[in-house]
Amino acid sequence: MHVSSEELDKLAGDILGRFENAAPSPKERAQIPAQEMPAQDPVERVRNMREVALGYTPSQVRAESLRCLQCRNKPCIQGCPVSIDIPAFIAEAAKGNFARAAEIINESSLLPAICGRVCPQENQCQKYCTLGKMLKDIDKSVAIGRIERFVADYARENRCEKVPHVAAETGMRAAVVGSGPASISAAADLRREGHGVVMFEALHKAGGVLVYGIPEFRLPKAIVRHELDNLKAMGVQIRLNFLVGKTRRISDLMGKDGFDAVFVGSGAGLPKFLNIPGENHVGVFSANEYLTRSNLMKAYDIGAARTPMFASRRVAVFGGGNVAMDSARTAKRLGAGTVTVIYRRTGAEMPARKEEVAHAGEEGVEFMFLHAPLEITADDRGRVSGVKLIECRLGEPDASGRRSPVEIPGSEKHCAYDTVIVAIGNASNPLIKATTEGIDVNRHGNFIVNEETCETTLPGVYAGGDIVLGAATVIQAMGQGRKAAKAMNAYLAAKRQVRA
Amino acid sequence: MNRIVRKEKLSAEVFRIAVEAPEIAAARKPGQFVIIQLGGDVNERIPLTIADADAGAKTITLVFQAVGESTHRLAALGVGDSIENLLGPLGRPTDIEKYGKVACVGGGIGVAPLYPIAQGMKNAGNEVKVIMGARSRGLIIMEAEMRAVADDVIVVTDDGSYGRKALVTAPLKELCEQWRPDCVVAIGPPVMMKFAALATKPYGIRTIVSLNTIMIDGTGMCGGCRVSVGGRTKFVCVDGPEFDGHQVDWDNMILRLGSYKPQEQEAHHRCHGLMKLNEGEA
Repeated sequence: MHVSSEELDKLAGDILGRFENAAPSPKERAQIPAQEMPAQDPVERVRNMREVALGYTPSQVRAESLRCLQCRNKPCIQGCPVSIDIPAFIAEAAKGNFARAAEIINESSLLPAICGRVCPQENQCQKYCTLGKMLKDIDKSVAIGRIERFVADYARENRCEKVPHVAAETGMRAAVVGSGPASISAAADLRREGHGVVMFEALHKAGGVLVYGIPEFRLPKAIVRHELDNLKAMGVQIRLNFLVGKTRRISDLMGKDGFDAVFVGSGAGLPKFLNIPGENHVGVFSANEYLTRSNLMKAYDIGAARTPMFASRRVAVFGGGNVAMDSARTAKRLGAGTVTVIYRRTGAEMPARKEEVAHAGEEGVEFMFLHAPLEITADDRGRVSGVKLIECRLGEPDASGRRSPVEIPGSEKHCAYDTVIVAIGNASNPLIKATTEGIDVNRHGNFIVNEETCETTLPGVYAGGDIVLGAATVIQAMGQGRKAAKAMNAYLAAKRQVRA
Repeated sequence: MNRIVRKEKLSAEVFRIAVEAPEIAAARKPGQFVIIQLGGDVNERIPLTIADADAGAKTITLVFQAVGESTHRLAALGVGDSIENLLGPLGRPTDIEKYGKVACVGGGIGVAPLYPIAQGMKNAGNEVKVIMGARSRGLIIMEAEMRAVADDVIVVTDDGSYGRKALVTAPLKELCEQWRPDCVVAIGPPVMMKFAALATKPYGIRTIVSLNTIMIDGTGMCGGCRVSVGGRTKFVCVDGPEFDGHQVDWDNMILRLGSYKPQEQEAHHRCHGLMKLNEGEA
């Protein structure tokens, strides 16, 4: 049953009324119901690309913030890759001091409006929340991400963000490769120290996965643009249509173009396929292609966009992560009749954010668990006609701790589809490694870096985000960008002294 | 950025432009390509092979045929206008080395990307013969340029309005019989490249083809350009665009090029008579 934002706001207002004169006791805090995120009605939203989650109302964010027990040991902070002082900003939010709350977040995080929307909080801060533990339900943890999102949106919409202070020009120059979350945070921290920063992006729009990968209905592009505008206001230069490794090599940037250090945040960017027969039939897409068409190229805007979208009626999506959910929900919005997410394990093992799985279900996305693909079949014109599947059961836990699927012999079946989207992750794009001497990678192609400094095996070159971690979250990438920038700032300061 | 400094019409629907692109002009090698996007939210990204470059003048030359909505828009730009987004050089360069005798086969617009390769092959000390073909006389391009670099140029047209009335495969087979090239480079419509590769196969002559598949990012990220080569999936944008023509699964590649036929046909209606799509030309 869909509950409107107005109704949720009224309920929250009643709660606030009860505590108008006296702060709630810990027991009372624990009794405040978890505030539900207002969302677009599923019936409506499958017909548009607008953001699904509408954000708390001011009353809701205060009511939710009152649930925080303000524990002395602050366990939530240990779950945050950038160690935001969570209880402190929530205490301000509870009082309605949203601008102050935003300031506290900004001391540690640069992209709260984005992280509030896309972080898997249930595996990070909210996993450690004392309230969730007390109530024996992680879904009843304080909704830290939703409060963060509200506070960040408030600061942006009310123009009370503080543009970070930029120190006097040092004359040192840093190149930042890529413009996704790792690069954005590295660029900002480098620029704050007064270094000249140029960000190089291969595509015609900056933002990396935030722009080409995550759909508008989950992360409005206006928010990403705003963060990039903030970078430009600080004096970071963004060069689009520049593929480091091809347009110029890292050795050119450092040798000929006068960059003193380089941060590589080029992301994963090499789609994995299933390695089964039929994967090149017409109608089989990597999630990267499917989502890039829709998000970056605006192919969802049928009639206006010049990049076409495949016309699908029955769609199979392979994978169980956020990208699989994004693909399935995009297909639904583009008019597919049935969209089925097919996953080898069960719902419990799916790596996607809970909220995305729930939203996908509400929108009519179907789930087929414990099935693995064997072959993609095609009609006589080479177009996908279906997938041969086999049933699985859960076996012993693998290296990742998840129980691995075991195929059940004799359980093969054929299901009819006209479109297959493969969303089983990315490997590292080998381009920079292939064109740069001295950068060592592991067997997955990920850059090997010093854990403390994020420096690669090539002096002066640092790296962070998916190119190092494989598949990581936005905030992990951001955390690495900041860690690398800190070490780069020290490196550049030392280099400057030698030069002077 | 990316200002058009020269523009010529090579035939009824084929244009040659020189565009300012200092880094690409310095870095590019024969066989590589660029991706352009004409700005804004809704324009598509299209790959175009680099036909030539002048590192001194900091320009690259692009030759394109106005076949679809985007190439028509590109054709509408004039000297002084800019191509808002231009990315490159992409892909791997041609393996230019001394083979001995090299036959370069170009079909239609494919003659343009073939030109720097013929030039490179000649400079590497090869004897170079060029076969160039088109539907009719008006669509033959860059003949004078080719004659300036090649030892011999054979021109064919489908309708016999110029040169020999034949498909490029006829003189190609003759060369294989009589001249015995050590290497063949074939660039043109997929169907032409498929049959050129079939023509050389019985002779076991190494045959390089340059594929122009559907592409989005051009950096290996989307995989839309994938083709099966020797039974293995390759990305044209990063592993190519050139492959061993005897190993390419042409039928699958041609089917994949037609992935968006229904949508393209609709775009046709929108753009009425402006567009003329030829069989096999992407």
